[in-house]
Amino acid sequence: MSGIPGALDAIPLIGLVFQLMGYLIENINPISATTVAVSVPIALAALCGVMCERSGVVNIGLEGIMLICAFVGWYASALVAGALGPEAPFPLFGATPALLIGVLAAIVAGMLVSLLHAWLSISARIDQIIGGTIINIGAAGITGYLYTLVSGQSLTGAGQFTPLGVPQEVATVPLVGWLLNAVLNQGPIGLTTIIIVIIFQIMLFRSRWGLRTRAAGEHPRAVETVGIDVIRLRYRNVVMSGALAALGGAWLSMEYGTQFQANMTNGRGFIGLAAMIVGRWSPVGAFGAALLFASATGLSLSITISPPSGDLGNVFSYIPSEFWDALPYIITIVILAGVVGRSIAPAADGQPYERESAS
Amino acid sequence: MTRRVIQSLAEPLAAIVLALLAGGIMIFLLSGLVPGRQPFDARLPIDAYGALVSGIVSFNGLTSTLVYSTPLILGGLGVAVGFKAGLFNIGGRGQFLMGSIASVAVISAIGGATGPWIAIPLALLAGALAGALAGFIPGFLKATSGAHEVVTTIMLNYILFYVSNWAIKGPLTLPRAPQPTTQDISELNGALYVLPFTRDLHIGVFIALLAVPIIWFVLYKTTLGFEIRSAGANPDAARYAGMKTRRLIVLTMSLSGLLMGLAGSVTLLGQVHQTSFGYDTGIGFDAITVALLASSNPIGVLFSGLLLGAMRAGSPAMQSQAGVPPDLINALQAIILLFLIVNVLRRVLARRRAGTSTPEPAALTAGKYSTESVQ
Amino acid sequence: MTQDGPGVPALEMRGMTKRYPGVVANDHIDLDVCPGEIHALLGENGAGKTTLMNVLYGLARPDEGQILLDGKPVQIASPADAIARGISMVHQHFMLVPVLSVADNVILGAETMANPIFLDRKQARRKIADLAGRFGFELDPEAKVASLSVGQQQRVEILKALYREARILVLDEPTAVLTPQETDEIFGLLRRLAADGRSIVFISHKLYEVLEIADRITVIRRGKVIGERRPAETTEEELAELMVGRAVELTADRGESHVGRPMLQIEGLRVADARHREIIPGLSLEVRAGEIVGVAGVAGNGQDELVESIVGMRTPQGGKVTLDGRDVTGLSPRKMNMAEVAYVPGDRHRFGLILAFPVYDNLVLTGYYSPPYSRSFLRDDQAIKSSAERQVEKFDIRTPSINVPAATLSGGNQQKVIVAREFDRPLKLLVLDQPTRGLDVGSIEFIHRQIIAKRDAGAAVLLVSAELDEVMEMSDRIAVMYRGRIVAEMDGRTADKSEVGLYMATGGREAAEATA
Repeated sequence: MSGIPGALDAIPLIGLVFQLMGYLIENINPISATTVAVSVPIALAALCGVMCERSGVVNIGLEGIMLICAFVGWYASALVAGALGPEAPFPLFGATPALLIGVLAAIVAGMLVSLLHAWLSISARIDQIIGGTIINIGAAGITGYLYTLVSGQSLTGAGQFTPLGVPQEVATVPLVGWLLNAVLNQGPIGLTTIIIVIIFQIMLFRSRWGLRTRAAGEHPRAVETVGIDVIRLRYRNVVMSGALAALGGAWLSMEYGTQFQANMTNGRGFIGLAAMIVGRWSPVGAFGAALLFASATGLSLSITISPPSGDLGNVFSYIPSEFWDALPYIITIVILAGVVGRSIAPAADGQPYERESAS
Repeated sequence: MTRRVIQSLAEPLAAIVLALLAGGIMIFLLSGLVPGRQPFDARLPIDAYGALVSGIVSFNGLTSTLVYSTPLILGGLGVAVGFKAGLFNIGGRGQFLMGSIASVAVISAIGGATGPWIAIPLALLAGALAGALAGFIPGFLKATSGAHEVVTTIMLNYILFYVSNWAIKGPLTLPRAPQPTTQDISELNGALYVLPFTRDLHIGVFIALLAVPIIWFVLYKTTLGFEIRSAGANPDAARYAGMKTRRLIVLTMSLSGLLMGLAGSVTLLGQVHQTSFGYDTGIGFDAITVALLASSNPIGVLFSGLLLGAMRAGSPAMQSQAGVPPDLINALQAIILLFLIVNVLRRVLARRRAGTSTPEPAALTAGKYSTESVQ
Repeated sequence: MTQDGPGVPALEMRGMTKRYPGVVANDHIDLDVCPGEIHALLGENGAGKTTLMNVLYGLARPDEGQILLDGKPVQIASPADAIARGISMVHQHFMLVPVLSVADNVILGAETMANPIFLDRKQARRKIADLAGRFGFELDPEAKVASLSVGQQQRVEILKALYREARILVLDEPTAVLTPQETDEIFGLLRRLAADGRSIVFISHKLYEVLEIADRITVIRRGKVIGERRPAETTEEELAELMVGRAVELTADRGESHVGRPMLQIEGLRVADARHREIIPGLSLEVRAGEIVGVAGVAGNGQDELVESIVGMRTPQGGKVTLDGRDVTGLSPRKMNMAEVAYVPGDRHRFGLILAFPVYDNLVLTGYYSPPYSRSFLRDDQAIKSSAERQVEKFDIRTPSINVPAATLSGGNQQKVIVAREFDRPLKLLVLDQPTRGLDVGSIEFIHRQIIAKRDAGAAVLLVSAELDEVMEMSDRIAVMYRGRIVAEMDGRTADKSEVGLYMATGGREAAEATA
């Protein structure tokens, strides 16, 4: 790194900034599509968090839930693919029966693990952060154990979903085309996520379910006294949220990649929690924050794939590749620390609700 | 008094026994995936646990248990100190890595020139301080901005992982190695071998054993310990009582990181001798398990550290003799904690004595990410 | 107002019994309420009034007993059951979600729907406005509950009951946080509701209130019904004796005060709350050695912020606080503690105690850092424990031992732990925030005596209480706080309660107009 001061002396800083902007504009189209894609698991984790925490349950186990679902989805699809033999994919998204069954299996697994978390937090009333951590430890352990065993078998996977795709003529139109490309050049899980964000936002603030959910997260006793079963409401939300985390896991092993890898969630669940906080516990806000965090990955991927030329490339060549790898995590910490003080959690978040009659 | 000790032992023991049973069932159900075994082979759990025990109960197995326990005890103390202050340090992995890297750096820089008697204490010191720094950052962020340490320590784990990779590839790299790795320091630190006739027992064991009473004394016999425990049990009351809760957060996270860094340092100096990409002993989760099993009691950490160390020491034998991968231990850990945290024993007993209420949840950490009220 | 005859009560509870581990909260209680009747349930804190109503409302399951509505036995297993049968409850601690609007709070659980999924907020607003108009009060259905005064919040609670067409309305200590004027208003509303044919259960421990509002009074003590009276046939003295079980002096004897030099002087204090709003825009107050200054005011007028900025838990934006001639503005809680200032916080579970810690640790919570409890960073367990034994004796703290967690003590004894810790040393200033909230009469008397003893020993005492009665009884001087300012000061022995109430409610605008 000793070369940097010399390089900075030689090149005026202003010029560098202009070059960086030029590079970004030139590459915005691929970067933004990648960013949206990379944001999908973060957004799904964040939505899972919003659904739990709005009703008053903290779920830091969603990293583990995603990991388990990534494994279950991939393994189920591989088993089905093995049993059915090669099949022609549907014309859309490269979907095969194996992949679809894989996603379904992941969702079921996600809801089951969430049911465990719901029981721990709501019925057993243990510390929810400890409970979530145990799920994370268990998920890493059990998927590691299974994956070591399974990788001894010769499994041919079920492949992966493919993006919807936007015709090249449209995708290259500045602004409108770029935007369409960013949004539509996604696989089925990515597109579903965008739709879920919109529906979830409307439901949370306009539906009966949303009103009751928000009230339960703020003042569960008040909710109980108007005749609503807080326990059941929280169970339902936590179990439903498991399906969201499951989609995030399925995305990792079936839409982004083609197979499971040990600890492949790589902290995305926790980045999702940060996105939830930065997005102030609203679905749209959480998705926005997820995009923000993902843009760091988008940028670093872009720099790896098509490194900038000229002086900018010169400067970047001094930056170790590890910096770009760490950038999403650095951005997450920095933004979280900057925003968290102004972002107020639901008042009863993380507090187990105890009925008076529970004796 | 003895009654209380027995009670505090009964619950973890019941959890362990039940978890081993559940683990046995899991091995049984998945035995079809183990090479050379039929599906639903009832012998497999017995073989696996037998191999595990045989891996522990031998002279080498016992010294190896001590060696594996060393970082677990230090790391477990680190997590336990955090829990006492209401802080959840999941950043053990990153802090451990920093401890290792700092120790390697010191040895590489001065080891040849000064010899082990100066270099090794300095390496330990550097490892502890590097860990403390890695713990200071999330502590500082929490105290100043309220960012929850659970998220920041996890993020730091990844950041420090890449920092360590950069160091292994860059300044600390061993020239002409096929894979990026650091210098092997086992020749230099021969002085660390305590008992000449053991294969692997090193001085780090004594550091860990010494840390237990020191941390116990700090927590229960000093005013600082009272402040840490008060801040953990009720931060608002601690502030009311005139304790500087922000400073306590930073201090406790640093102390927690220091113990983790020390764990990384002794493991590197006495056990693994060099690091390469992706070096991870699983300390982050293991230390949490150790602390939870001990209800954050330093004396308890000694025993739970030894227990998990024994399982780690025996697991290679389980792999080689029964074909059951050591990852099983990670899964078992979670099952033990699950049974422990839901108080299986008390739940079962309580059901019999109808009418008693469910036990209070162990409030180890405040359940929120943002603590706006830290002042 | 149709009735099946005077003999059939709208609500009857027979032999209600509820046991908690170690206590019988309700011991075979009988209670009945007729249509159009206001029936008061009188008892001191901890007598079992709230438990009985929780049983009625389905929040607690009775161990024995029967509930009859209009003469027919019913099972009430949950609040939903209670609501379906026309029972509504206004809880002592409001069951409102602060971040939601009035309308959302009212409809929650009984939502008006546009379709099976989405709410019909427009229709809900119209219905709420109609109801409010019918019973003569104004409320903006769009306002966030957090922005309402406590009096308005209570009206939202009553609106919730009316919206659900409640026939039986239970109010748990509804006047605890109101000004005398607001109390009169709520009494008027209750009378209108009773005249409308509804049955009302009015829970209170205030004697003069039940005499004023009730048609019938049932007194309970330690979970048992002690007697039933009609207001016309009884007196405050008799009710007090029934309630407590012995003759009580209805007013504390504060004795003569010997006022000394100015001890606490506050000039132009400005304080912001958690949301950076200036909640105290410039307050001045003086407390002299040997006097008790009581701060009266409706909750939420900056009392908490005032107290916290005096004791160092909150940093003032401006102004000056002087203690015995020394500038102590913005000093930390520790420095204030060392300057012989003691503080009894309003929320004893949140601030005053560490419930999980043993009694002896709680007794040194604010003094642990200095001799005799510690020497050069080391705790002296021996000194801590022997001092604890002494204080338990001296302050009559009922505990099996000093080693049990503070959580196991009763509310009164928990508060005595705090009082022992804070009072048992020489003091210049004693700051008390709600020192007797929720306690039984015996504990209240004990703590009041200790406060007076401290005053007589020369300490300046600042007493903040939402209970106007306590301020009236204890203070040598009364300062009324309104929107972060002291709007009136008067002699504690001659002050008129309704005048204080007027200042509390309006800040003196109307009082000034009345005299003009």
